[in-house]
Amino acid sequence: MTGVDYLERIPNNVNLRDNRRLLRALEDWQPKFLQWWLDLGPEGFQATRAYLRTAVSVDKDGWAQFDYVKMPDYRWGIFLAEPEPDRRLIGFGDHRGQPAWPEVPGEHRGVLRRLIVTQGDTEPASVEQQRHLGRTCPSVYDLRNLFQVNVEEGRHLWAMVYLLHAYFGRDGREEAEALLQRHSGDTDKPRILGAFNEPTPDWLSFFMFSFFTDRDGKYQLASLQESGFDPLARTCRFMLTEEAHHMFVGETGVGRIVQRTSELMRQGKTDEVRKEGGIDLPTIQRHINLHYSVSLDLFGSEISTNAANYYTTGLKGRFEETKKDDDHRLKEATYPVTLLEGDRIVTREMPALNALNERLRDDYIADCQRGVDRWNQIIKKQGIDFELKLPHRGFHRAIGSFAEARVSPDGRVIGEAEWNANREEWLPGERDRAYLTSLMLPVSKLGRFANWIAAPARGINGKPVDFEYVRLD
Amino acid sequence: MTDGRALTPIDFRIEPSRYRHWKLSIDGRVAILAMDVKEDGGLRPGYELKLNSYDLGVDIELYDALQRLRFGHPEVGAVILTSGKERIFCAGANIRMLGQSSHGFKVNFCKFTNETRNAIEEAAAESRQVWICAINGPCAGGGYELALACERIIMADDGNTSVALPETPLLAVLPGTGGLTRLVDKRHVRRDRADVFCTLEEGIKGKRALDWGLVDELVPRSRLEETARQRAAEVAARTDRPAAGRGIALRPLDRTIDGDRIAYAHVACAIDRARGVAEITVGGPSVPPPADAAGIHGLGDPFWPLALARQLDDLILHLRTNEEQIGLWVFKTAGSADLVEAYDRLLADQQGDWLAREIRLFLKRTLKRIDVSARSVFALIEPGSCFAGTLLELALAADRSYMLAGAREGDSRPPTTLRLTEMNFGAYPMANGLTRLSSRFLGEPGRVDDLKGRIGQDLDAAAAAEAGLVTVTPDDIDWDDEVRLALEERAAFSPDALTGMEASLRFAGPETLETKIFGRLSAWQNWIFQRPNAVGAKGGLSVYGTGQRSEFDRRRV
Repeated sequence: MTGVDYLERIPNNVNLRDNRRLLRALEDWQPKFLQWWLDLGPEGFQATRAYLRTAVSVDKDGWAQFDYVKMPDYRWGIFLAEPEPDRRLIGFGDHRGQPAWPEVPGEHRGVLRRLIVTQGDTEPASVEQQRHLGRTCPSVYDLRNLFQVNVEEGRHLWAMVYLLHAYFGRDGREEAEALLQRHSGDTDKPRILGAFNEPTPDWLSFFMFSFFTDRDGKYQLASLQESGFDPLARTCRFMLTEEAHHMFVGETGVGRIVQRTSELMRQGKTDEVRKEGGIDLPTIQRHINLHYSVSLDLFGSEISTNAANYYTTGLKGRFEETKKDDDHRLKEATYPVTLLEGDRIVTREMPALNALNERLRDDYIADCQRGVDRWNQIIKKQGIDFELKLPHRGFHRAIGSFAEARVSPDGRVIGEAEWNANREEWLPGERDRAYLTSLMLPVSKLGRFANWIAAPARGINGKPVDFEYVRLD
Repeated sequence: MTDGRALTPIDFRIEPSRYRHWKLSIDGRVAILAMDVKEDGGLRPGYELKLNSYDLGVDIELYDALQRLRFGHPEVGAVILTSGKERIFCAGANIRMLGQSSHGFKVNFCKFTNETRNAIEEAAAESRQVWICAINGPCAGGGYELALACERIIMADDGNTSVALPETPLLAVLPGTGGLTRLVDKRHVRRDRADVFCTLEEGIKGKRALDWGLVDELVPRSRLEETARQRAAEVAARTDRPAAGRGIALRPLDRTIDGDRIAYAHVACAIDRARGVAEITVGGPSVPPPADAAGIHGLGDPFWPLALARQLDDLILHLRTNEEQIGLWVFKTAGSADLVEAYDRLLADQQGDWLAREIRLFLKRTLKRIDVSARSVFALIEPGSCFAGTLLELALAADRSYMLAGAREGDSRPPTTLRLTEMNFGAYPMANGLTRLSSRFLGEPGRVDDLKGRIGQDLDAAAAAEAGLVTVTPDDIDWDDEVRLALEERAAFSPDALTGMEASLRFAGPETLETKIFGRLSAWQNWIFQRPNAVGAKGGLSVYGTGQRSEFDRRRV
């Protein structure tokens, strides 16, 4: 059916060699994936060799092997975290204490497929959103990080496609193909979630996206790694190790911009950072406001029957489910939820099962706050009196209780007039875009960085910062 | 509460020597079937079958008598249905029995009795064995519904004998064995008169019953039997059944139940209780058919199509009544499509023969039982199967069918195919009067004509899918998982919602008396059977016979 070549190309720990169904499905899908990558992957760099990390196994030595590779030749593999003895039992919901499912229970087939498709759809979306960024990279180091994120999003797509191919039969194959047919921002076939149809026009947006939106991914994966469907749980657990790198790129990327901006402010003793060719802190704040609010929407409505069903049926748990000290069924429990009632923002105790989206959002918000705190430390160290802030959770929301209202970043329900008067101050506008675009000029000299961003503290995999991370011949 | 599982399983296999409630006598071309219910002969303890009231046991005998009249008595062209008791015809279904039965049992009981009454009408229309009812005493509820199933109703005009459908005023339920439907749809009783009739507890007798069309003929009591015999003789004279024909014996059906395995000669059933699935494998014929009708007569009940019909019929009744937790029936077949087709050709060619006709009609009734069963039905079409013609009807009766594309790895048998025969194009109409193919392609009648051109061809999975004959065609690699997921998914849904969904999707096309009985009358009855106004502490069915008055929740729903 398939030559050894195939198996060589797809590192895996899912016994691909003996899985006729998977081989057959991949045989059909892999060429389509490659075509998609050539059509919609990083523009202008398909023949470029980059110093990338490849996972060839899940053990300590294998999950991060570095070498130069052309991205279309990247060995996208299929890996599940090794089974953990204590994970053999489902940890929550009505099936708590029962053995985890090695196969999809027919009862939950549709719902599981939807969860996997929704997660899978985000992976190629971000590659599409970021495909033009290579042309304006602030450094070769950053260019490499972009590509690393891209190929790993590609691998995450593979991970979800693996589940669809291996466990969902013909429906799964059709869904896997559809993942390549929807495109970010496509009017006719858009990506499923709103945030993944927004453009990523510049590197500040890219770092913000990696910090905020990829972090949503972290929390979704963390909830899914609790799943009673064992292959999904183990797939997500391994993906989380890679997702951490994406958030590292985001946090350090924004951090380096904040660093550079603070340095420019201190050196020039001026708030007029734009005159110095930097990105001013209010612009950074506006981008936080945008990306944070759009990402909050990804968690869904505050009160959700779907979330309750996913939990009760053992499909999707909570963040750090096993560390929580409660009955893991939540039939009687309540959870405080912040909601809009009329024109007032109130906190109400709601049934905990229905409030699971909000609970996950709370975990996410706390995590985001820790990152913002670290950025503020950088500002403070430069002796600058400015604090970046996460806006109120009701600000600029399109999903859930706050979607109907206008809420200011400091959490006041406001009228349309006040909103319109402040919109440019709270969210990136055309002037920000134009300015950022003017800054986005490629820097390809090794060890050099664009004026608006500081150099990283260290390089990749023990290499120096001026290492040739990408061979730009 | 009485239900199938809690007590001894109910056996539908019976023979005349063991009848307790019916007396069958044959006089030339006329048969007389007299209902003489043994009061202490109830199937379950807890009620007495007074006033010729019936329970499932009485109806099992009636069904058996009906079958034997058709197969054993080709000479009989008319059947007189009457009472063997002096002062009563029949008081209908036993109310105490209904009162103590579970909802599921009641529903299944009504389904079976309905099927038998439909078969009485079918006997008249298609077997040319016409039933005539001679009412020789009060005839109420299910008693009158039995009369309604006959082609002619003759009633004694003795000032005492009446017909009645007292369910609504007396019991707060419906005459659910076709009574309401047949009144207006078959006998064309004017709807306002039917409304009056159905609310009169004591019913209607004499001339008014005749005037309103509730009966066809009124005669003095002394002349009732003579008149009935005369009418029967007239009808019998017009039958095409052979006066000199020799019937065949339906010998006791050989069945073994070993744990969760039920086996007949051609039908095997394996029950998976954990998954709620009954896997039913129908074996094709193992030898070629005889050459002609004489060969069929010579073989008698071992003739494969007849044996198959009997076994499948019994299995369906058994599963319905005794295995109510098994919600999904999965049909498989094993054998040679060539042989099935050969039998189909013989049956089709010999439809002028009374026995070949009876066998086809029996298969038709059995397939119709599947259509109205409150079970999900899947068909699995795999290598080595013989879904051809008559057996293909099983797949067409299924809610969905899975056909394995190609062959299995390591299996030397040829790839899966299925086959149409002429028996798929009219031999086995459903309750809606259409063939399963016509119902399936209601919007594309041309497709059925096209398929006629493919009779006898082996259709592989791709061709079968293209022709719209199967639902899903996974290949060897996908098969196990697709099937497993489908079965598990089905098992997870609400059985009630599935029953309603399936019953609604199975009968596209025109309404008939039968579809109205199963789809409208039964559905309403089954709803009423669940309502406090019937079965609550003060409900009509509950307080009947206690001297207490019903108390109703007056809200209309």
